[in-house]
Amino acid sequence: MITIRVNGKQHQLDVEPDAPLLWVLRDELGLTGTKFGCGIAQCGACTVQVNGVAMRTCVLPLSAVVGKDITTIEGLSADITHPVQKAWLAEDVPQCGYCQSGQIMSAAAFLKAHPEPTDADIDKAMTNVCRCGTYPRIKKAIHRAAALVAGKGV
Amino acid sequence: MTCGLSAAGGLAIGMVLPRSAKAWAGLPALPSSPENSAPPNEINAWLVIEPDSSVLVRMAHSELGQGTTTALAMLVAEELGCDWSKVKCEYASSNRNLRQNGVYKSQSTVGSRGLRSSVQFMQQAGASARARLVEAAARRWDVPAVACRWADGKVTHAASGRSLDYGALCQEATKITLAQEPEIKTPDQFKLVGKWTARLDTAPKLDGSAQFGIDAQVPGMVYAAVVSCPEWGGKLQSVDEAVIKDQRGVIAVVKLDDAVAVVADRYWRAKSALAKLKPVWAPGANAGVDSAQLDKAYRDALDGSMVVARKDGDATAALLAPGAKLVEAVYEVPYLAHAPMEPLNATVDLKANRLDVWISTQSPMDVLKLAASESGVAPENVYVHNGFVGGGFGRRTKHDELVHAIAVAKAVKKPVKLIWSREQDIRRDRYRPQAAVRFKAALNAKGQATALQGRIAVGSLLRSLGGPNAVPTGIEPMAVETIATHAYKIPSNDIGVQLKNAHVPVMFWRSVGASQNSFFIESFIDEMAHAAGQDPYLFRRAMLERPDYLAVLDTMAKKGNWGDPLAPGRGRGMAIVETYGTVTGQVAEVTVSPMGKVKVDRIVCVVDCYHAANPNTIAQQIEGGVVFGLTAALYGEITIKNGGPVQGNFDTYPMLRMAETPKIEVYLQPSGGKSWGGIGEPSVAPVAPAVCNAIFAATGKRVRKLPLKNLDLKSV
Repeated sequence: MITIRVNGKQHQLDVEPDAPLLWVLRDELGLTGTKFGCGIAQCGACTVQVNGVAMRTCVLPLSAVVGKDITTIEGLSADITHPVQKAWLAEDVPQCGYCQSGQIMSAAAFLKAHPEPTDADIDKAMTNVCRCGTYPRIKKAIHRAAALVAGKGV
Repeated sequence: MTCGLSAAGGLAIGMVLPRSAKAWAGLPALPSSPENSAPPNEINAWLVIEPDSSVLVRMAHSELGQGTTTALAMLVAEELGCDWSKVKCEYASSNRNLRQNGVYKSQSTVGSRGLRSSVQFMQQAGASARARLVEAAARRWDVPAVACRWADGKVTHAASGRSLDYGALCQEATKITLAQEPEIKTPDQFKLVGKWTARLDTAPKLDGSAQFGIDAQVPGMVYAAVVSCPEWGGKLQSVDEAVIKDQRGVIAVVKLDDAVAVVADRYWRAKSALAKLKPVWAPGANAGVDSAQLDKAYRDALDGSMVVARKDGDATAALLAPGAKLVEAVYEVPYLAHAPMEPLNATVDLKANRLDVWISTQSPMDVLKLAASESGVAPENVYVHNGFVGGGFGRRTKHDELVHAIAVAKAVKKPVKLIWSREQDIRRDRYRPQAAVRFKAALNAKGQATALQGRIAVGSLLRSLGGPNAVPTGIEPMAVETIATHAYKIPSNDIGVQLKNAHVPVMFWRSVGASQNSFFIESFIDEMAHAAGQDPYLFRRAMLERPDYLAVLDTMAKKGNWGDPLAPGRGRGMAIVETYGTVTGQVAEVTVSPMGKVKVDRIVCVVDCYHAANPNTIAQQIEGGVVFGLTAALYGEITIKNGGPVQGNFDTYPMLRMAETPKIEVYLQPSGGKSWGGIGEPSVAPVAPAVCNAIFAATGKRVRKLPLKNLDLKSV
């Protein structure tokens, strides 16, 4: 048995230690907000936060996250009130929406380390793929979220 | 009550817009017996009004991200005169559509037609419902209907100071037959339509609650991973199951004709077991085919027989005329994969007399029919649960993944969720076709074009999908669009096409034939301008007549700073095309480094779609289409080796990311008129030619073969 902590809740699982976290979240815990996109950590659709750091979970074995705090899109806020979610809503970012859980989890982790990001900072950090091409709005939303966090109440 | 066609002969109305995650969560509810499930407040098949005056609109089109859901709901709400904050949407049932003789029409979401193919009947549905609500109020008050007014979900009678909410009137309204259908609004009367309006499906896409096909959960289901033969035409010869028989969770190995699937209690167990299998494939007739052969075959075909797609004037004579300046070029493009972010997948629950399918689709009626034929269940007993679609781009109308899922379900006799890996998704895609084109043009002494000759060799989408006997005429509109239909005033035109299919499957890809043909024609127009010694903007301007084209062209030149000086190594290029009923023009600005690296700095996009339902979602589509087109121009390439595709994932089939995304500016200038233009695809087509023309301006090097990553643009 392996115990992991997801969104503040402990889960005891009878799962192989090398099972990718993505599929444990989706198929064992029913947390389907985290998405499968490529399986080789290229696209970032499967991004969650592990101890506050954005990680691509399609290649992340369960054994690597034992004892750590895992936050998925479902646990980012109870009611879409995280500054990144509020900014995404205000900018109406998603199109198909499939990659957005990963984009939001990446952006939320990024903003913690870069509270006043420049466009270049965002370009460097935000490498998740969006096939719908929502990048311009993601960039605007990240700036908006940064302003929200800074209390500028955009 | 009866539902379907209203007694007035009009349309059933009814839909629900996703205000919140909760509203959408119930969206793909099981249509258990839709023919009996019409709620008492259903005014018609499209509209339900609840006692609290909330309005449920049924959507016949899939939400792939293009925003049709919001735009169509706006059109209905505009006519209905309801409170927009109380509008919700749900998908129309394809099973009901089948049983009620197409009450929801084709239900297919293709060709940028979501809005323009249904705008009138959706508007009529809203207007018809509103007229019946007003009539219900008038009867209750015993006043003439013309004395009543409506707005914000209420009917009022000013003379007596009375008013009633729609919710209080709906049951009576359902029983009313109109003597005649009301007229719909003219665009100058719109209050909601045309305003920048927030999408209805945003909230559930921010907290993980939006349900995509891949998120389906069915009690007792097992998971399947599948791999097909690396080459099209090869077959599965044998597979040694012993290597995985002791692996935890493995339930079965299912052998298919040209593929093998592993079924397990969890997807990752199925996927990892499949990776350990060493299937033996029997090669087919095409196992020796590679891209070098295909490139040559398409170029050679340009000298072969052609079917006339357009002929006016005498192009041959003009090309031979003494003093004519000739311009000639051959252009080529490779196969391209769709690569939607949600890989193809299907979940099926197959019982003796019933089949439920959860799938992300652009065409639930095609799913229903395919599921019936593959399973043997009668079509009226197939139920399609369509959720949000994680990207389609044309791929999700031909459901090869569903064929696999049903075959596996038959074998294991359990509900199955089958997911294509990204490699399977890319390698078993049906691509945008490879193509080659040769143009010849003649210019007179004044630098005016006197003739355009085009020879097109490209795969037929319809033959690939429907067999070699499809397209008996030898002309497929997609093969010649934007070339045979160019808008330039050229006195003689001679455009021929040879539909030439290789063994590689091809199909519709966002903006379809226009995506490659616009690269061809708009690059060649640029070549003609330079041969004529003219500015590419003015050269185009002199050959265009339609006011909509000219207005887009002038705006893009102005907004795109056409003619302003640029530093060495930088350049501007333009392209303008009409696709899907919309005129789109773009000016691209690029920087090419001395080492030959292309950076697209800015794309200015001007769009005339005649009417704009929701500028918010239009802007999204224009921006997204630019990214999609630029991805293809810079990187997009499926090459063939040993009869099969080489690329299989985003490491070898790269996608544009944030850092490479140019500044994109969108200018909408809808010029009105009778038709509504499409918006999901038009901005894809002009990207490649605008960028390549800018590269020419920057470097003097003409790009005649995509993708750009293969080109040497070094100047040192």
